[in-house]
Amino acid sequence: MKANPAGVLTGAHFLDGDQACCEGALAAGANFAAGYPITPSTEVVERFAARIPTVGGLFIQMEDELASSIAILGAAWAGKKVFTVTSGPGFSLMMEHIGLAAMTETPCVFVDVQRGGPSTGLPTLPGQADMMQARWGSHGDYETIALCPNSPQECFDLMIDAFNLAEQYRLPVLFMMDECVGHMTEKVVIPPADGIEIFPRRFTSLPPSEYKPFKPGADGVPEMVKAGDGYRFHITGLTHDEQGYPAMNWREQEKLVRRLVEKVRKNTDKIVRYEERDIEDAEVVVVAYGITSRVALRAIQMAREEGIRVGLLRPIVVWPFPEKHIRELSEKVKAFVVVEMNYGQMVYEVERCAAGKARTELVDHGGGTVHEPEDVLKAIREVAR
Amino acid sequence: MSTLPMVEPAINPVEPFLRTDRMPHIWCPGCGIGTTVNCFARALVESKLNLDKVAIVSGIGCTGRVAGYMRLDSFHTTHGRAIPFATGLKLANPELSVVVYSGDGDLIAIGGNHFIHAARRNVDLKIICVNNFIYGMTGGQVAPTTPVGATATTTPYGCFERPFNLPYLAESSGAVYVARWTCFHVRHITRAMVEAFNKKGFSFIEIITPCPTLYLRRNKLGDSLDTMRYYKQKSVIKNGANTKEVEIALGGEIICGKFVDIDRPTLGQSMHMQLSKSLGARYVAPGGR
Repeated sequence: MKANPAGVLTGAHFLDGDQACCEGALAAGANFAAGYPITPSTEVVERFAARIPTVGGLFIQMEDELASSIAILGAAWAGKKVFTVTSGPGFSLMMEHIGLAAMTETPCVFVDVQRGGPSTGLPTLPGQADMMQARWGSHGDYETIALCPNSPQECFDLMIDAFNLAEQYRLPVLFMMDECVGHMTEKVVIPPADGIEIFPRRFTSLPPSEYKPFKPGADGVPEMVKAGDGYRFHITGLTHDEQGYPAMNWREQEKLVRRLVEKVRKNTDKIVRYEERDIEDAEVVVVAYGITSRVALRAIQMAREEGIRVGLLRPIVVWPFPEKHIRELSEKVKAFVVVEMNYGQMVYEVERCAAGKARTELVDHGGGTVHEPEDVLKAIREVAR
Repeated sequence: MSTLPMVEPAINPVEPFLRTDRMPHIWCPGCGIGTTVNCFARALVESKLNLDKVAIVSGIGCTGRVAGYMRLDSFHTTHGRAIPFATGLKLANPELSVVVYSGDGDLIAIGGNHFIHAARRNVDLKIICVNNFIYGMTGGQVAPTTPVGATATTTPYGCFERPFNLPYLAESSGAVYVARWTCFHVRHITRAMVEAFNKKGFSFIEIITPCPTLYLRRNKLGDSLDTMRYYKQKSVIKNGANTKEVEIALGGEIICGKFVDIDRPTLGQSMHMQLSKSLGARYVAPGGR
């Protein structure tokens, strides 16, 4: 279906990534957000709080991130399209409800504008050190989808994709920005509403007597209902059967949790997305995402000028990881240079997929500012020798 | 041989409100939670609400299991977070009557911050707090309601912390309806629940119940029947009592009654009024999209 024009600010704008993220949510049809102030993410909800009463929907600032991350789940079960926004310390608090959303298959989007950590770290300065937390942060086994924009335009475009993926697979989608992307201002083009494709909520057409809240469809995803429609359904964070009733035994655990992970794993090829530059003849591939990919691009230009055959692989969907593609590349290239604003997170994935067939080098950075292109160039030169 | 006359099987009038396919429930013999559920089902009958528009939200714990036994749209959430879940649900669909049914540990310890803020905002929620003075599900640990001197597994030499006086906490945080009853007072509980259903705003009902397995036994307070006698002898009904003066001490008197019944705009109403005033014709009410 097409986007509702009410929330779509069609035109060319000069926006920062946080504002563009908010516009993306509105264009996607978000009509409920809850949040708690935290730098450098607050501008997203400030804009939403100003815009949504004129579009139709609501924003509430809750008492903490635990509350905001579950208020959105309550609203989702009343039929709303929901999201919350935070940064590192708040993201840590939200882990509990990323787990609840995964377990109850509640469509929702969590935005994390990453800053330097651990703990309070660098509130106003960038980091990319929440990448593994996005994958593994909540306890237990589950799969999520995480996207990583590298420009305000992508903050808009990918936010729509984030909502669509959340609805399609009925899970929490994580939107992993960083302070640089959040606060950089660039041109953002917002298309007309009829140019925006929306994945509608998978509401059931079955009558209450036949409906089972967790009976999966052919693609492993169950159909949804909302409160107040006479279905008298039950939702729990406990392991549950297809009826939604608690089922405390290993058989139901196996059935449910395997389905939760497989609905992503079996669709990985459909979900993964990446951008490649100069990859055809490359013997060295730089892997970078978010703001770091833009620094890496400068280093690649410099290396090309020196005659080094180097290209860029930029995961746009970071989770699930483009495992198959890295495997294929590792058969062809000499080395991967992984550039990230942390002391080594996604590099482990690259190393795992390369499986010793191509050398994997990390160019790390503690955050607070972006890498120097020269540091990336040095690593490229080193592995190209 | 004579044939016995056919007798219609007796049907418990609250049965249609329960998920009978989930019985037997998990509660111990003598536990007071079932009594409160019975009162709740009767309150649903008496209030004549459209049950398709009633949602129940619980947190974690023994009382946290109530949501799962009611034949309503029901949500068993995370520990302490039933109130913010219910806040999202209610704001997103104001047509729903949203009940939060949970225990003292869930609502007041881990969920204490959410409790005071929802009361402050006057979110239109009906909060039923089953207070058994202890953490039951995890095996009898001290709670923020455990009376001084009572023992728990984590205060084996007696509780030395002052407990919360829940009606006072609720009133001072902004609740518009505050009542306390023991599970000896089944008719009063039902009436309070019906009143809460008819009330707009943050309504709080504390129900004092026995936990025979983990509180009574450890504290040598006899069994649930002895506790019913205690409730009968030591509870004093004082409607309109000053909530500051309704603290509960170990073995002391239990002041019951309806303490607060006032009106002020709910969060939804205040939000609507403020946005209409500020935005005028530009305001698009939620749900209009």
